[in-house]
Amino acid sequence: MKARVFVTLKPGVLDPQGKAIHHALEGLGFAGVQDVRAGKLIELELADGTSDDQIADMCRKLLANTVIENFRIERMETAA
Amino acid sequence: MKSAVIVFPGSNCDRDLKVAIETVTGRVPDMVWHKDSELPAGTGLVAIPGGFSYGDYLRSGAMAARSPIMRAVSEAAGRGVPVLGVCNGFQVLTEAGLLPGALMRNAGLCFVSRPVALTVENAQSLFTARYKQGEQISIPVAHHDGNYQADPETLDRLEGEGRVAFRYGENVNGSARQIAGIINDAGNVLGMMPHPERALEPAHGNMDGRRLFEGLLEAVA
Repeated sequence: MKARVFVTLKPGVLDPQGKAIHHALEGLGFAGVQDVRAGKLIELELADGTSDDQIADMCRKLLANTVIENFRIERMETAA
Repeated sequence: MKSAVIVFPGSNCDRDLKVAIETVTGRVPDMVWHKDSELPAGTGLVAIPGGFSYGDYLRSGAMAARSPIMRAVSEAAGRGVPVLGVCNGFQVLTEAGLLPGALMRNAGLCFVSRPVALTVENAQSLFTARYKQGEQISIPVAHHDGNYQADPETLDRLEGEGRVAFRYGENVNGSARQIAGIINDAGNVLGMMPHPERALEPAHGNMDGRRLFEGLLEAVA
């Protein structure tokens, strides 16, 4: 099975990279971009039966720094 | 006094720290590889150097903080052994949970490499006893991820408990309350972004970092 982990900065944490992307989009003439937040996507190939708790444990111990980041886990069903 | 400098793949200030400690103590520190799971017996000081451990993959310091040697460093810190983390070493200490908060990308997005003015905010600590309270010093910084952030309660606690060791004299990287270095609650772990080992000898043009090593090594001798 596969899972995707989305790691994003917590609301309120300043995101200098998101800001730079925002400025660049404006520089390209894209109007109406109100805010940009950059994050990470981590794809995991996991043994069948890996529980959500185990994945959350991986997130808390390594994949996200919970001082500044939130994480969201999305399981991807493998096609039969 | 036996000291240890931890070496990760991608560390690049390990030799500078070694020379600093050797210059001040006259004794060569043990260079301890990240895959070792124990510190040499009798280690009385641990120094975690600057650099780009594990290529800064995932987050600066994240991989190094989970390496085998860091379990031994955490255990030693828990016993009261002084631990100094400089630059990437500071990032490793926050990632390892030995210091609160996190170091994020500089607010200006640029790598900053130059001497900066610092104020000694606490001259009572193990690390800063040779400085005067409120003294202005100059120490070089060289980092991309030095933007110190923590929640307001943590920042209030750090300030209230005198755990801000150094503050920038200007906005260098966007750090909350211009914090440049902090101490743990037990007082034996210091993390700082500026490089005191680069301000140690007359040839460096500035010796403001030397007293940090002198005071620390006198305290643990």
